[in-house]
Amino acid sequence: MSAASNSVTKAWDNPVRRGILLFVAMFFIVLAVGIIQGTASILLILTQATAFALIALGLNIQWGYGGLFNFAIMGFLMVGGASTVFLSYPVNMAFWESDGPMMLGRVLAAFAVAVALVLLARRVDRIGITGKWRTAVVALAWFVGYIIYRTQIDPAAAYIESTAGFVGGLGLHPVLGWAFGGLVSAVIAFYIGKISLGLRTDYLAIATIGISEILRALIKNMDWLTRGTMTVSPMPWPTPLPQQLQAAGFSIPDSFVYARVMFLVLSVVILIGAFFLVQRAYGGPWGRMMRAIRDNHIAAGSMGKDVTGRQLELFIFGSILMGIGGAMLATFTQIFDPSGYQPINHTFMVWVMVIVGGAGNNWGVVLGAFLIYIVWIISDPLAQMIFLNLSVITEQLGWGAIPEIDSRALQMRVFVLGVVITIALRYAPKGLIPETVKSS
Amino acid sequence: MPLIELKHVVGGYGGAPILNGVDIAIEKSDIGVIVGPNGAGKSTTLKAIFGLLKVTGGTIDFGGENIANSLPDKLVPKGLSFVPQEKNVFTSMTVEENLEMGAFTRRDDYSATMAWVYEMFPVLAEKRRQPAGELSGGQRQMVAMGRALMSKPSLLMLDEPSAGLSPRYVIEIFETIQRVNKEGVGILMVEQNARQALAFATKGFVLAQGQNRFTGTGPELIADPEVAKSFLGG
Amino acid sequence: MDELIFFINRVLISGTVLGSIYALGAIGVTLIFGILRFAHFAHGDMMTMGAFIAFLLAAALAAMGITFPLPMAFVVLPVAMVITAILALGIDKGFYAPLRARGAKPVTLLIASIGVTLMIQGLVRLIFGSGTRQMYVPGESKDIFRIDMSWAGGSRPINITEPQLIMFVVTAIIVIALHFFLTRSRLGKAMRAMADNADLAQVSGINTALVVRVTWVIAGALACVAGTMLALDVALMPDLAFNIVLPIFAAAIVGGLGHAYGAIVGGFLIAFAETLAVFNWTAVLRPLNNILPEGMELPANLSLVPTEYKLTVAFVILVITLLMRPTGIFKGAST
Ligand SMILES: Nc1ncnc2c1ncn2[C@@H]1O[C@H](COP(=O)(O)OP(=O)(O)OP(=O)(O)O)[C@@H](O)[C@H]1O
Ligand SMILES: [Mg+2]
Repeated sequence: MSAASNSVTKAWDNPVRRGILLFVAMFFIVLAVGIIQGTASILLILTQATAFALIALGLNIQWGYGGLFNFAIMGFLMVGGASTVFLSYPVNMAFWESDGPMMLGRVLAAFAVAVALVLLARRVDRIGITGKWRTAVVALAWFVGYIIYRTQIDPAAAYIESTAGFVGGLGLHPVLGWAFGGLVSAVIAFYIGKISLGLRTDYLAIATIGISEILRALIKNMDWLTRGTMTVSPMPWPTPLPQQLQAAGFSIPDSFVYARVMFLVLSVVILIGAFFLVQRAYGGPWGRMMRAIRDNHIAAGSMGKDVTGRQLELFIFGSILMGIGGAMLATFTQIFDPSGYQPINHTFMVWVMVIVGGAGNNWGVVLGAFLIYIVWIISDPLAQMIFLNLSVITEQLGWGAIPEIDSRALQMRVFVLGVVITIALRYAPKGLIPETVKSS
Repeated sequence: MPLIELKHVVGGYGGAPILNGVDIAIEKSDIGVIVGPNGAGKSTTLKAIFGLLKVTGGTIDFGGENIANSLPDKLVPKGLSFVPQEKNVFTSMTVEENLEMGAFTRRDDYSATMAWVYEMFPVLAEKRRQPAGELSGGQRQMVAMGRALMSKPSLLMLDEPSAGLSPRYVIEIFETIQRVNKEGVGILMVEQNARQALAFATKGFVLAQGQNRFTGTGPELIADPEVAKSFLGG
Repeated sequence: MDELIFFINRVLISGTVLGSIYALGAIGVTLIFGILRFAHFAHGDMMTMGAFIAFLLAAALAAMGITFPLPMAFVVLPVAMVITAILALGIDKGFYAPLRARGAKPVTLLIASIGVTLMIQGLVRLIFGSGTRQMYVPGESKDIFRIDMSWAGGSRPINITEPQLIMFVVTAIIVIALHFFLTRSRLGKAMRAMADNADLAQVSGINTALVVRVTWVIAGALACVAGTMLALDVALMPDLAFNIVLPIFAAAIVGGLGHAYGAIVGGFLIAFAETLAVFNWTAVLRPLNNILPEGMELPANLSLVPTEYKLTVAFVILVITLLMRPTGIFKGAST
């Protein structure tokens, strides 16, 4: 007995054995949930968890490797979702046959003019306008550029929304849409990083949460591009949809299982690909440099390493994974609903995944992603069960039933998430599978 | 009985100990000066007395009890004061507010003590409403000393009070320290201007690698050829 | 004249209301940062918590049949402030103090405050549901004072609601009280000392643990006021204040983290910038239509930023501050 517990303790101290132990434990949890909730249901959870694992991997690159705080995860997921809508949603002929494209062309031209104006204004020091005056000229250029842009975009947006609804998609393959989501995220991350990566950590946290909210406001209100709160659905899948399988003769329950299995396999392949790319990069000289920068910012800088440049790389790579993950989620649920994005569900949950799993350790982060996502999902039915039982008691006591059990139980998971991260910070600050520090 | 007595103090910042057995004894009438090479553990000794790091061995007797590992908010009311080497004033607060902070632990009327401090440093009285951050280096050092004196300590500890001051100010500060001592405050200070400080020290301690090397009166140490050769630069 | 009245109603009064709320929130954020050196992310949720406590107390009093000429939520405010302050102390003791004792980095505390955010939001929704509620107890209504402006040639009155009026008074009282506390009282000065130089404060014998507790008490009490006022002005909901965490932090940063007065100025600055940016200038400039040539009327909506993007205003000011003067606009001034 004591020998057995002894060997468990030993295995626990060895990070590799500990990892294996935890993954095995998770396998049984998945199995248990699968048996209780049904195969189709666990497949749904697993597919979404896979997408979140990809996203968490992205945050791990930024926070675990680079020590870069990012609270804009929700924003990147939305960007990924909107991008895949644009690329893979069927073509909207009503838009292409209207004056919309023409007007958008003018918007683009106005945008170009605005950009050119600002760029020109920034170079007025060449003609002798410097210091405060230059700043004033640049500010004026921003303002005028903004007005020019607004004069074109406002009527164009109103026109498209009233005639064609929205721009629609390009009808391309969803996987291309995912890649596009990564690409757009990369571009946005480049500019965000340029502006904000020099900031202190707490400022960076606030700045990125602001960016996230602005991205949400944009995507939610640019109805002409994203349909905003009217939502876009159904999004096409890269793999056969349940309905298609049903048409091919599968029974309805089977069709869901097989369709989700195929989607899951595709997602897992992408996750594994990303995982090994990241793992290899981090094991090599690039990763060593990143660790040096993270652990000793100043020394690395004085060693002539381009700290900001490297950090920008990390920020972009991480954001690409977030964009792809966000696109996958939108495709899988078949609906893109900008109002469905919440900082809690889409930013903080990913943070909990990384902290609980073990920042800096890709295995840990993937484990954390699956574990937390499952906890997140099963908190709801679990809480409902508890509430229903409590409700019976309160009724017997004559206090009446607990009202709105459904919506309350749903909120239980937010509380659970908070408790989990608090416990993790207190008792396992390095996570379930801590970063292995190689002394080389 | 000495005012403070360190017996074989061992301590450090969590890793390997920095102090490996320091012995110091100071009477109320003493000016004790600790000298030694860089990294010898001089500042660490003062911090150890003041509870700012972990003492793992030995005893620190002050006022008849072992105060090792007591925290400053307990030590200040007991009569111990400390002027750190750097960042020793509240830069955003006025001179007077700095002094008031020194009297934080006192619940009695401290206006007499403040008058005494202003009398000791007349220039501070002039600048009492000015933020301490706007003062010169020498004046800041006075604010720092004044702050430490506001609690009416029986032992004042100073870490390199003359660091970074012009020679004129160094002399002034040293004179002030002697005056404070005459008014009944024991002094324990660390100094880089070793010769100058030892000249008026009634107790001198040469520290190296966290241990006492030589102990004696200041003039004795200056006269010791070995001390002069190894620690006072010939 | 009517244009001016419109401007006063829409910008001056709304801006002051918003500014009061931002300022009270930002003071808490800035004090916590000054003393504990971390960005307390859960501050918005402490505001929400305070509002719900005031709501509960008000509902309880109303249920007992007690009535007051003032909105009930204001009457119970002192009690709600005490309760929120105690809860803030408890949150610190339970969640932040153990991490500090371990010597955790500020960023760990920042992450811990996300945990607190999640727990508060979860609990509030669990107990109160996720719907929107009215902060007024049944039978109460928002009294509106109409200041007749006909003497100045205006056809419309200046409108100010009762809670808005009380809000101005309460904010003014709090700001003045805080000023005296920080500059006159022993503990207030100790707080400034610790924000200035925590190590030296400790060396001076200042009871830093006590200062930390006082900080949480003040931050919690002010959060309760700000949350209750916000709920009275808008409505009570679980994500009431989480949504304004960004402008509040922007206000604290613009004013210079750690500077209480800076936070107040920052709060009003951000609030007025937001209000002016989404203000529809056509309403004020309409008389120009008379002198503008035919076919050049002002557009119906002439606001700098569409209302949906109000949040961007705080953000843009924040980013500009961080890039140009990361220490805030008051660096160099002594507070
Ligand atoms: N906060 C700290 N944490 C860890 N080690 C420290 C710390 N402060 C000092 N040390 C180490 O303790 C040793 C003694 O330092 P101390 O400051 O006491 O030297 P000193 O004798 O005062 O030298 P100096 O003349 O440079 O002031 C040094 O090796 C130093 O690196
Ligand atoms: Mg030293």
